[in-house]
Amino acid sequence: MNEARFQIWRGTGDKGHFDEHVARIDEGMVVLDAVHQIQAEQAPDLACRWNCKAGKCGSCSAEINGVPKLMCMTRLDQLDLTKPVTVEPMKAFPHIRDLVVDVSWNYRAKMKVRKFKPRPPDAADGTWRMDQKDVDRVQEFRKCIECFLCQDVCHVLREHDKHEEFVGPRLMVYTAALEMHPLDVEDRRGDLKHEHGIGFCNITKCCTNVCPEGITITDNAIIPLKERVVDKFYDPLGKLLSIFSSADVSTGSKP
Amino acid sequence: MGQYEKFEFDVLVVGAGGAGLRAAIEAAASGVSVGLICKSLLGKAHTVMAEGGMAAAIGNVDDRDNWQVHFADTMRGGQYLNNHRMAQLHAQEAPDRVRELEEWGAIFDRTRDGRILQRNFGGHKFPRLAHVGDRTGLELIRTLQDHGIHQGIEVHMEHTVSSLIKDGDRVVGALAYDRERGRFKLFSAKAVILATGGTGRAFKITSNSWEYTGDGHSLAYNAGADLIDMECIQFHPTGMVWPLSVRGILVTEGVRGEGGILRNSEGRRFMFDDIPDLYKHQTADNVEEGWRYTQGDKEARRPPELLTRDHVARCIMREVRDGRGSPHGGVYLDIAWIKERMANAEEHIRRKLPSMYHQFKQLANVDITAEAMEVGPTTHYTMGGIKVDAESQMSAVPGLFACGECAAGLHGANRLGGNSLSDLVVFGKRAGEYAARFAAENGHGGIDDSLVEELSRQALAPLERESGEQPYAIQAELQEHMQDLVGIVRREDEMLRALEIITGLKERADNASVPGNREYNPGWHTAVDLQSLLTVSQAIALSAIERKESRGGHFRDDYPDKDPGHFAKVNVRVRKGADGNMEVDQLPIPPIPGDLQQIIDTESR
Ligand code: SF4
Ligand code: SF4
Ligand code: FES
Repeated sequence: MNEARFQIWRGTGDKGHFDEHVARIDEGMVVLDAVHQIQAEQAPDLACRWNCKAGKCGSCSAEINGVPKLMCMTRLDQLDLTKPVTVEPMKAFPHIRDLVVDVSWNYRAKMKVRKFKPRPPDAADGTWRMDQKDVDRVQEFRKCIECFLCQDVCHVLREHDKHEEFVGPRLMVYTAALEMHPLDVEDRRGDLKHEHGIGFCNITKCCTNVCPEGITITDNAIIPLKERVVDKFYDPLGKLLSIFSSADVSTGSKP
Repeated sequence: MGQYEKFEFDVLVVGAGGAGLRAAIEAAASGVSVGLICKSLLGKAHTVMAEGGMAAAIGNVDDRDNWQVHFADTMRGGQYLNNHRMAQLHAQEAPDRVRELEEWGAIFDRTRDGRILQRNFGGHKFPRLAHVGDRTGLELIRTLQDHGIHQGIEVHMEHTVSSLIKDGDRVVGALAYDRERGRFKLFSAKAVILATGGTGRAFKITSNSWEYTGDGHSLAYNAGADLIDMECIQFHPTGMVWPLSVRGILVTEGVRGEGGILRNSEGRRFMFDDIPDLYKHQTADNVEEGWRYTQGDKEARRPPELLTRDHVARCIMREVRDGRGSPHGGVYLDIAWIKERMANAEEHIRRKLPSMYHQFKQLANVDITAEAMEVGPTTHYTMGGIKVDAESQMSAVPGLFACGECAAGLHGANRLGGNSLSDLVVFGKRAGEYAARFAAENGHGGIDDSLVEELSRQALAPLERESGEQPYAIQAELQEHMQDLVGIVRREDEMLRALEIITGLKERADNASVPGNREYNPGWHTAVDLQSLLTVSQAIALSAIERKESRGGHFRDDYPDKDPGHFAKVNVRVRKGADGNMEVDQLPIPPIPGDLQQIIDTESR
């Protein structure tokens, strides 16, 4: 029988420590299976969130060996099992208990984004017409499972604690989905600049790298939003700078 | 003890999947105050798992479709145990509910002329499912969530309702605890809507998450409501079977809708070997015609892989039992074969079935554009549930409403794929509307403090006990036995044994103990949920013993045929007897009015 060692963060609020557990491992097992096994057999009160166990609900976010990941989609055979696997809660949010953190800020921040406002229906029966290609562009953003791993990794939130000033990559994706929605007529550019802190993002792309849905957060959502903001608040110098900076970062990606 | 916060709402909605959210939105729109309790975080409910789409006879792809055909398909699929009025309302109102989602920001895949695209699905005569790739459920719940958060609904995330509170005959509130701190909260409400989903965690192999412990079923039962059709559990034919860790995770029917075929270990398309008479006239009898159907040929009949779920699941079981299964006890589901028929097949598969592609690649190391998947039946859906009035969704208990999976009636003995998402919004809206109306006509009830204290003491008991068994082990045993003894193929003697076992497990659950304190303690939550799970398991077993025939999701080895006489005309009912014990009996199915019967007759010709 194969075994692997796990260092799991235990504790409440600011206080905590790693507990080491040994779990039996089988072919195809994911980190969440190991956590459940430990919960059922060794630590019944070990707190963790999960729902779908299929990478679809975004509940089981954690930091595995220091990397923000979904526990249910991280296979043990992709990890180095010669050393203990560390499993810790996300760091950018207040800690509740063990692997569970308080993500309610994300829900509050979402309320600040102006809601969807459709143009009047295109047809007499109250329906709309949309092109599949316009739909495809937004569907990338609508794949988001709200796991908040991108929020966890973004240094603006994680290190600089700008939760009041910056809504973070998840909500940039959300805003992009609304702004690029073929039917939407609302204008969120002023909010992006003044309320949602789009200027704080310096395009490090860490968010894109952790997104389990493979959403190209920086290139496809944030940069186009930045360009829209610049277009609205046109001033010659700013425009010039933005051309340089976006040309700089978008090298190698789609225009 | 004795410490609890109090909240007051006109309407309290328990459960925040598609049905609960839609109900809350509707109630709030009519101007009453609304509280919404979710067991998990908002937007994480099981609705996200729905993949294939949402059935509505919009007729965008085939204009021969209309509500009458959808109604007849639903009744045939449910083998006529359905509540005909619910099936009618559902078919009539689903198109408006779909359009309304678009108004709230949902983006469905499009036809060439820019309208909502619809896809084929098992049991639906015409392409009827509005969809977004294979993540329609996520689109639905996110649309409702993002619309709902601006409607003034007060959301309580990560709360579990442990009891409903009554004043006389009427339900007037609910007692819940929050996961984070384990604090009790008393919600006083003029009307309560249950939208808690299904009971799939009663079985070992399941596509359902930990939340699906039949809480709503059990709360309603204990409050005096009737449960009907509890024997009708849907085992989805295609769940993942390997690796073990992912056993049970759903593989969408959309794979078959896009042309995926089922083969046994001998490479035979075994579904052609067994086509039920009821469906012969609608089913292709050769490979060529089946393929043309999946590619939108209106003259073609559907391939047998798209027969109803109960039938496909049993055919798979038979192949496995007779030694023609795949290495890990399933059969092969192959979509990669379409390469023989189309040029850009790989890209097509990735675009049409992105999450399936992702899921198999990541969890099973299988590239579905190149190789076949191994699949087998998994517990998927609870057709049975709380008996409600078709128009208002109110249960037998005044002030208590139910909608979505926890309510019964629409799907009869077997649910058609795609009829669940539409169920959520059609009857979610109705429940919200009628609950708000009920709240406008009734005041708050009186709630007895000592009762609340007693109920919270009961819920806390597992934490107080010094010694006792862990709830996890009891739950695992229950799931094992339900799977073996009350699963896809049932027999009287085995189910009687299951009942005995459940009685024993109940005793053990009543003495279970969990270490730790109330703060985010999953051991404690499991102990509380286990009580609901045991109640619904008993209801399922009792009902399954009572129905001495095979129909839809309920299959009995000792009564393998459908009984066109007696059992075609009754629903099995379970309720709490005066002595506190569970009672089972039969209710005659109300006769179908002439005009609806005529639709059914016309459509089955
Ligand atoms: S690209 Fe922007 S949003 Fe993404 S992690 Fe970097 S700073 Fe944060
Ligand atoms: S954008 Fe990606 S990483 Fe961020 S919340 Fe959504 S799915 Fe998670
Ligand atoms: S449990 Fe749903 S994403 Fe991991």
